[in-house]
Amino acid sequence: MLRQILAVSSMSLRSIPQRLGTSLVIVVGIGGVVAVLVALLSMSKGFEYTLKGTGSDARALLLSAGVTAELSSYIGPDSVPLLRELPGVRRGADGKPLASAEIVVITELRRHGGDVNVALRGVEPAGIAMRPEVRIVEGRLFRPGLQEVIAGRSARQQFSGLQLGARLQFRGSQWTVVGIFDSGGDAHESELWTDADTARSAFGRPGASGVLAELAPPDPATALQTLKNAVTADPRFQVDVQTERHYFTAQSQGFTEQITLLTAVVTAIMAFGAVFGALNTMYSAVSARQSEIATLRAIGFSGLPVMVSVLAESIALALAGGAAGGALAYLLFDGMSVSTLGQNFTQVAFSFAVTPGLLLRGMAWALAIGLIGGFFPALRAVRLPVADALRAG
Amino acid sequence: MPAIVSLRDVVKTYTRGKQKVEVLHHLSLEIPQGDFVALMGPSGSGKTTLLNLIGGLDRPTQGEVTVAGERLDRLGSGQLAKWRARHVGFVFQFYNLMPMLSAERNVELPLLLTHLNKAQRRQNVAAALAVVGLSDRAKHKPAELSGGQAQRVAIARALVADPTLLVCDEPTGDLDRATADDILHLLQALNRTHGKTIVMVTHDQKAADFASHVLHLDKGQLVEGQTAAA
Ligand SMILES: Nc1ncnc2c1ncn2[C@@H]1O[C@H](COP(=O)(O)OP(=O)(O)OP(=O)(O)O)[C@@H](O)[C@H]1O
Ligand SMILES: [Mg+2]
Repeated sequence: MLRQILAVSSMSLRSIPQRLGTSLVIVVGIGGVVAVLVALLSMSKGFEYTLKGTGSDARALLLSAGVTAELSSYIGPDSVPLLRELPGVRRGADGKPLASAEIVVITELRRHGGDVNVALRGVEPAGIAMRPEVRIVEGRLFRPGLQEVIAGRSARQQFSGLQLGARLQFRGSQWTVVGIFDSGGDAHESELWTDADTARSAFGRPGASGVLAELAPPDPATALQTLKNAVTADPRFQVDVQTERHYFTAQSQGFTEQITLLTAVVTAIMAFGAVFGALNTMYSAVSARQSEIATLRAIGFSGLPVMVSVLAESIALALAGGAAGGALAYLLFDGMSVSTLGQNFTQVAFSFAVTPGLLLRGMAWALAIGLIGGFFPALRAVRLPVADALRAG
Repeated sequence: MPAIVSLRDVVKTYTRGKQKVEVLHHLSLEIPQGDFVALMGPSGSGKTTLLNLIGGLDRPTQGEVTVAGERLDRLGSGQLAKWRARHVGFVFQFYNLMPMLSAERNVELPLLLTHLNKAQRRQNVAAALAVVGLSDRAKHKPAELSGGQAQRVAIARALVADPTLLVCDEPTGDLDRATADDILHLLQALNRTHGKTIVMVTHDQKAADFASHVLHLDKGQLVEGQTAAA
């Protein structure tokens, strides 16, 4: 039986070039589906990587209770000094707590396409010290008391007008870009940073959006629990405590879910079309080979090898399409940097990530489309009575 | 000689939409082993229909078809396929070769359904090609062969698994006179020296003259009393 299957299948595969035109319908149709699928998924993958790569398990972020984003959080000036002193917060060599009460506001930047929203973060000196991943790659750090900002590397690349020395106009005040920082490609690279006290006075916000605190060694998990207990125990605080990494992971979820839904809908619609294209192609392949198939069956070949040969042909074409689509998505999109409206109406810059897993997923779709597109024509090929098929051929 | 083909009271009806057309009307027929029978008759008289029943490509609506000891009217299509592989070699008007395969690969096809190993298959293919006089064209694709050569390859394919019966539907219908005569001589030799039983449909009286017996079919019934000189 295997011998029959191999013989008949190799015959049908070798005859593909004779039906190149119709065969290309499958390849192109499925290639398109896979390219779009992989591109969309690589976008959410890239976004996820960027946000999940932001933050650390050894730092805690304290936000006002119930909010999901730093931008909508506000902790009053009375609570901030008390929160810094809580147990579980690591202390520096000078005995002071390693905590940074940070203020985050939305600022508008002009870009060629129109205005974009960029987050401006006011950071305390401890906030810089606590984040060893942050490096100034151009220029220098802002100076307290002066309206100076440093721009994240992604923000610099994505949005125009952030070069060293550029002057920015936010809410009536003038700011100067004095440096560019790198923080390992995470979400902070899409932000502008300045001194926390400068931001507080410039924007009239005496408190903080959130307090970032380094957790006490040796075990940050234990320190986190200690900190949580201390916060819950004190009725003056209306504050939630989570690790910084947890916060950013959660931030990526909403967007990732939206993209996944969009991907599912778009892919399903395109796949539906591709299935019809494949069916059409394979029906015509079967009818082109009708006399060949009938002759084989007259000789005594059974239905199975004939079915397998039709399926083998459609799967081969589908996989070729899948590979082409995956390659196209990879070449066009992998590593491509874009920025998008993140959760909090600020732009987050990230890169498309075409991973092997996504390519495999694309191939799985191609395979499924090829199987469905080949199945019914294969069934027709074996169901047609031999005598009728011989007459028609 | 015992009958290798025996049809009793066979009716074949085709259904086209709601319309039923009876093509063969209570037809009975016996063909002895080793015979070379030509089946003649006007177009539409049911020759191909009858040949398909004998070759196990189709089943009768009614009646018994016994070929090579098997009641074909009782077999399912899977069983029929197996039976065909063992007992029948087919030759068609338009050769029906696989265009992608070389002559020897075409001839090998029926052997893929046997238990023969590769070496044995190659040997049988070579022998069959030698019988039809085409050993030197083994590597050629059908497109590189003349009509007569292609039909020889088809005959080699029909022969290679040593079937009980050769069934030919207008094997010379697409060939010129001289080439047709070559093919008919070949069939006659297969019948005479290899003892193959042959049933051949033809429109051509000259072709029928090569056969030992001629059956005339008209409007789905055999017309008696005409036998060619053997
Ligand atoms: N599958 C089918 N469905 C309906 N009618 C059919 C079918 N096959 C054959 N017929 C009809 O049966 C009749 C006999 O056909 P058949 O092919 O056996 O004739 P034939 O003697 O071989 O003719 P020809 O010499 O033209 O080949 C014809 O009228 C044909 O139209
Ligand atoms: Mg006919």
